[in-house]
Amino acid sequence: MKITRKEFLKISGACLVALSGKKALAVLDSGANRQASSSTGKVRKQLGMVVDTRKCAKAQGCTKCIDACVQAHNIPSFPNPAHQIKWIWERPFGDLFSSYETQYLEPSLKDQSTPVLCNHCDNPPCVRVCPTAATWKREEDGIVMMDWHRCIGCRYCMAACPYGARSFNWVDPRPHIENLNPNFPTRTKGVVEKCTFCSERLAAGQLPACVEACPERALIFGDVNDPKSEIGQLLAKSYTLRRRPELGTGPNIYYLV
Amino acid sequence: MRDRVWVIAGLFLFVGLVTYPMWHDLLAHTVSRPPQLVLPRNAKQCVAPISYMRTSHMKLLMDWRRQVVRDNLHKYVAFDGKVYDMKFSGTCLKCHSRQDFCDRCHNYAGVRTPYCWNCHLTPPEVTRSAR
Repeated sequence: MKITRKEFLKISGACLVALSGKKALAVLDSGANRQASSSTGKVRKQLGMVVDTRKCAKAQGCTKCIDACVQAHNIPSFPNPAHQIKWIWERPFGDLFSSYETQYLEPSLKDQSTPVLCNHCDNPPCVRVCPTAATWKREEDGIVMMDWHRCIGCRYCMAACPYGARSFNWVDPRPHIENLNPNFPTRTKGVVEKCTFCSERLAAGQLPACVEACPERALIFGDVNDPKSEIGQLLAKSYTLRRRPELGTGPNIYYLV
Repeated sequence: MRDRVWVIAGLFLFVGLVTYPMWHDLLAHTVSRPPQLVLPRNAKQCVAPISYMRTSHMKLLMDWRRQVVRDNLHKYVAFDGKVYDMKFSGTCLKCHSRQDFCDRCHNYAGVRTPYCWNCHLTPPEVTRSAR
């Protein structure tokens, strides 16, 4: 069969158009699917937490949630504050919500120490920047997970997280752990770590250690997208604050004031 | 071919050096032994047949790690139908000791000690800290 140059160019052009059209259709299709699932399909489970600051204020100076987390996850304590490892920690309320602040904010509320932890964002910037997929958003419950085996310690995630929820192991943490918990690994020098909502306890059907330890029941944990859950009902009937929602990260830790 | 003597002498020297461990053992009347592993007393059967564990324990450990950390699966159904928790410290190290099992074979084979121990605790470390 003989083919002229003109015919050859026509056929190749048509093939290119067909190929690119197929790609474009696939992209459009996936977009449409996503929209359909978010509008009509089942709402995705998203674990989150409500911190009831009023209940928390009743026990000022209490650090039971932090202590429980430290014990459960072999978190070291370093003399140098620059080396500190934080999964759940406390900050004055005024610092956390400086954009909501007025000069008339009650001094007691402004200085009230408030628990802070990873927000397990809807759109986590740490996950977007991780070059090794060592941190990812878990499909089934929305937890922002960590795989310490895979972390190369580049600390992009720490730069990306607007909440300072990630800590880096500058030195070997093991000698600085007070009581080793044999059921949980320690970490090693050179990896980043953060709160994982106690994924290991959730897998065993338990609540996160901080939630269980709080004597005032100020931490309420559950699926924020489930209107029947305790946390869903609480969120529906009360006005809550989130840390820096304007950044578009979709934080899932809610503060009840 | 004036170098014949040197070449042949060199060959002998080379073969002699390469086979030195054999000669040494023969002359010293010693016998090289495989590593003396301390086998667990509290269990008769590992999570997989011994032949598989011997050749592929690293693959099994990697599979467990992937399933637990990344796929949120925690139970392992063994070849004999028994169900195990996929835990390195909680299941593997309940029977096997690092010093008397893992390290002995790894040292004998000259295989670099893997970095499991940088994070995963061995029972002696736990008892030391509890003291």
